[in-house]
Amino acid sequence: MIETERLTKRYGNLLAVDNLSFSVSQGQVLGFLGPNGAGKSTTMKMLSGFLTPTEGVARICGFDIEKEPVKAKREIGYLPEGAPTYGEMTPTAFLDFIADIRDLRGAQKRRRLDEVISRLHLEPVLLQSIDTLSKGYKRRVGLAQAIIHDPRVLILDEPTDGLDPNQKHEVRSLISEMAADKIIIISTHILEEVHAVCDRAIIIAHGRILADETPAGLEARSPRHNAVTLRLGDTEAAEAGSALESLPGVVSVETHADGGMTVLPADGAELLPAVGRLALERGWDVQELQVESGQLDEVFRQITSADVGQEART
Amino acid sequence: MRNIGIIFRRELAAYFATPVAYVFIVIFLVLAGAFTFYLGNFYERGQADLDPFFGFHPWLYLFLVPAISMRLWAEERKSGSIELLMTLPVTQGQAVVGKFLAAWTFCAIALGLTFPIWITVNYLGQPDNGVILAAYVGSLLMAGAFLAIGACISATTRNQVIAFILTVVICFGFLLSGFPLVLDLFQGWAPLWFTDAIAQLSFMTHFSTLSRGVLDLRAVVYFGLVIGFWLTANAIVLDLRKAD
Repeated sequence: MIETERLTKRYGNLLAVDNLSFSVSQGQVLGFLGPNGAGKSTTMKMLSGFLTPTEGVARICGFDIEKEPVKAKREIGYLPEGAPTYGEMTPTAFLDFIADIRDLRGAQKRRRLDEVISRLHLEPVLLQSIDTLSKGYKRRVGLAQAIIHDPRVLILDEPTDGLDPNQKHEVRSLISEMAADKIIIISTHILEEVHAVCDRAIIIAHGRILADETPAGLEARSPRHNAVTLRLGDTEAAEAGSALESLPGVVSVETHADGGMTVLPADGAELLPAVGRLALERGWDVQELQVESGQLDEVFRQITSADVGQEART
Repeated sequence: MRNIGIIFRRELAAYFATPVAYVFIVIFLVLAGAFTFYLGNFYERGQADLDPFFGFHPWLYLFLVPAISMRLWAEERKSGSIELLMTLPVTQGQAVVGKFLAAWTFCAIALGLTFPIWITVNYLGQPDNGVILAAYVGSLLMAGAFLAIGACISATTRNQVIAFILTVVICFGFLLSGFPLVLDLFQGWAPLWFTDAIAQLSFMTHFSTLSRGVLDLRAVVYFGLVIGFWLTANAIVLDLRKAD
């Protein structure tokens, strides 16, 4: 369980994180979303005990990160932004160091080392200094470091940044695999990632929570949620368009360059049955028909750009 | 203790993972030798002791020790690894002490490698080896004091050049605090006890006691206190400014 109460961080006059209160329980994968400079990293730095909050408290598995930092930090695996490591070390030496600090010993230490090395495919670079590794490998060394002690809490700041699509997929499935018995917090600005791994998303901007929902719940906020896109073969597009527009619950109809059109609903109403009936009645030649679930990035833009004029706040 | 040991081993290995260690040791040995034989007139004096050797240590350390200490924390800040270190389950005190001990051990290795000069002086005559041992201890303690100052300064910045220069200046002040160069700054306006206290802080006077062969407890305690003070300050600086 992670709990924060009125977590606040001020840098001089700049309010980076403003009264953030939330809690995350075991089994949840929480995605932190927000524009650059929204306070995502600052929040994660406070949760991991790197930054001292100006006000408020954060508790990790019951340990106050300020009052019992070492106990709290034992429970956490943390991947800082940019995955910093000690560049002159080899991954072997580095992971060995982390395993020692994490109090892993003997056979258990060897087992965990072998496991993370094979899980993150680090075998080919084990004896090269980390400085000479590609961005993808560096990131994976950082991830290996974070999960080596099988922590109850994982805090990952942009875990897939700089990875190629295959590696991204790998890391996401790794996160999903570990999700069941852990608390995982990831920050990202890749929205498809939220869809792929998170079961809860918090959107923050200017240090405040603007939305806290499931990814599906966020998508439902989109004007395109439940919209129906269809393409008709030989039917007169203009005529079909006006017929569709007169259906109850329809706000407007967009026509696309390729001849397709999208019927937008009012308040996310279900349109598919009505559209289907209409097509049947009129005998349209429907070549394509699909219900949209809504675009996360659209919702993201809508939510974060509504929050304007906050720069002056101190 | 275990955590200090783990950090100590990692840090010490880091010196030898890069050319830093070898460059430093070679330069230290070459300069120590050159000073002893050319500026110190080791042969011409015709005395079997290591005074000319140890006499230059404060000046060697003034420039070489800050070169070791400057990277201790500034590099961690620069690369961001400080965020990793400070979120591992170690206390700031453990990290500070582990890093300091690694740097100090590294200095001890460099100092230990000057042993040929001890062999030379024993070959040429009958020196008082007790005096030489005391001087080595004094030299190492002084290096530790320089390092502790450097470690604290290094924690205040992410720029190694700034850390180096500030450390040199502060160490220079401590070296010469018993001399007019520093004392004149205080004479005239500061109370006499204060000027006297400043004069007592001089590394030079305490080191020269030890290098004359007097293993004076006061000098040992003095260097111990200096190291303790600056390492405490180091931990406080880290606590105040974890991020940059």
